[in-house]
Amino acid sequence: MGQRLDFERPLQELEDKIKELHAFMEEKKVDLTDEVSRLEKRLSKMEGEIYENLTAWNRVQLARHPERPTTSDYIDRIFDDFLELHGDRLFGDDEAIVGGIATFEGNPVTVIGHQRGKDTKENLRRNFGMPHPEGYRKALRLMKQAEKFQRPVIFLLDTKGAFPGKAAEERGQSEAIARNLIEMAGLTVPIICIVIGEGASGGALAIGVGNHVHMLENSWYSVISPEGAAALLWKDSSLAQQAADTMKITAPDLKELNVIDEIIPEVKGGAHRNVEEQANAIQSALSKSLEELTQLTKEELVDHRYEKYRNIGQYTFVTDTIGLK
Amino acid sequence: MLKDLFNKKKKYATVPSDKIKQDVPEGIMTKCPGCKSIIYTKELEKSHKVCVKCGYHHQMSAPERLKNTLDQGSFRELDAEMISENPLSFPGYVERLEKDQKKSSLNEAVVTGEGTIDGYRTAIAVMDARFRMGSMGSVVGEKITRAIEHAHKEKIPFIIFTASGGARMQEGVLSLMQMAKSSVALKRFSNDGGLFISIMTHPTTGGVSASFASVGDFNFAEPKALIGFAGRRIIEQTIREDLPEDFQTAEFLLHHGQLDRVIHRADMKKTLSQVLMIHGNRGEK
Repeated sequence: MGQRLDFERPLQELEDKIKELHAFMEEKKVDLTDEVSRLEKRLSKMEGEIYENLTAWNRVQLARHPERPTTSDYIDRIFDDFLELHGDRLFGDDEAIVGGIATFEGNPVTVIGHQRGKDTKENLRRNFGMPHPEGYRKALRLMKQAEKFQRPVIFLLDTKGAFPGKAAEERGQSEAIARNLIEMAGLTVPIICIVIGEGASGGALAIGVGNHVHMLENSWYSVISPEGAAALLWKDSSLAQQAADTMKITAPDLKELNVIDEIIPEVKGGAHRNVEEQANAIQSALSKSLEELTQLTKEELVDHRYEKYRNIGQYTFVTDTIGLK
Repeated sequence: MLKDLFNKKKKYATVPSDKIKQDVPEGIMTKCPGCKSIIYTKELEKSHKVCVKCGYHHQMSAPERLKNTLDQGSFRELDAEMISENPLSFPGYVERLEKDQKKSSLNEAVVTGEGTIDGYRTAIAVMDARFRMGSMGSVVGEKITRAIEHAHKEKIPFIIFTASGGARMQEGVLSLMQMAKSSVALKRFSNDGGLFISIMTHPTTGGVSASFASVGDFNFAEPKALIGFAGRRIIEQTIREDLPEDFQTAEFLLHHGQLDRVIHRADMKKTLSQVLMIHGNRGEK
């Protein structure tokens, strides 16, 4: 079942009680099936109540669950023949981003994603999934390679942000992100982006300009992390829970704001509860997107992306407000 | 009316130290944050708002910048009446916008339009750090995108003076997406041979530095301008070491290969004119 989060504690308690009863029945050979089924009903009702009414902060917690599947977990399950490719040919190989060639349902694709570590040791190697410029430039190299050979590119987004460090600034973190935005705008192959965990700011967007952008139900995507927003706006990072709400960062929020295309449903309780099932859900969303996008010509793909982003934003005019409001 | 704008008390919102707060008579005198000397405001304005003693480039408002860059009387503004909504219903946002509108006499943090530089036609966008730190929300993104599209349609260059703390927090993910919006327009413009000159002024950080500001055909900056992706304090906290004095200055970026040139304000118009002349076939003189 994995590690439980604070808001799941009532479920945990009930599950423990059911387990106890089972054990008791075994031991004492008494029949308590009525009691057990009553509790099981209560459990399933409570699960419904909790998981169908997740707050924004609950979703942030799920997106950060230590056992939440990462890019590699999904690559292993969704793609075949994956061959990882390394390096930006300019400076080095940033393991905070993985990328390579693969087949998806028999067709060649390029797949690239942020890569967190599963434990401290791997996190150090992968810099907690926070890329340096060379990570973004590796992604750029691989997407241009995909364009040359006319295969779609699939991006999996999962980062707390581009790394804020001295070396990153020296090597042009800003330019690396900005360059990717421009090049993704013009890429003549289908681009599908899926936010699988955390999508923080420019560090996420740098591999996030797609024809289709989907989000897992319990992922988040925003201009800044809830903690960052709370610190910046209210000078108090402990107000992160409130910021998660105010900043409108969840998949349903982004759908409402017309920033994303589809919400990919998650396994009840979060993606980590059943990675296979979650991978299947992602695969079918990808399959649908690819079927749609591979119908478009190179020009249509670029125009499609242009229209998509050209229309994001809300504004009004001074003259409109006078007399009307 | 335009003149009134220039005589306003100057605000230096981004200067961090208490020591350099304005403590001199309003308007008449200005204290230089660079060398701490007291200068006649009128003198300062005559020298492009550059301190004659230490060369410190005082912050310029968008109207001042336009006056300093374009041929007199050539500026024609676009989308002046566009204003922000409050898409996330963010508490206090509307009040803050109204306050900055009063303070700056601008509707938003960027002024866009068309004008000439030594007779060369160009589209231009100038960000104004007095308005919400020059931050980019939907309106800033939209106005810049429209200015790029105007340049594209008219087959003239696009010049931007950036001054921004980055994406505007109060519009959340919509602000982030303005980076993508301006990028799709720039890519189209660029594919058709459009000339784009980016001039980074103090400060250019976060989402603005990580989008259009860094991908000019020419990347210029003013001396000592703060330019970077992440904030200095965040970096210091992350890596737990002190950063060099000149970290994230224009000169630092030049040294690390991120800029074509650092240009003194007095030479800015001349340099832009030179670039436009060499690409003469793009603008009509």
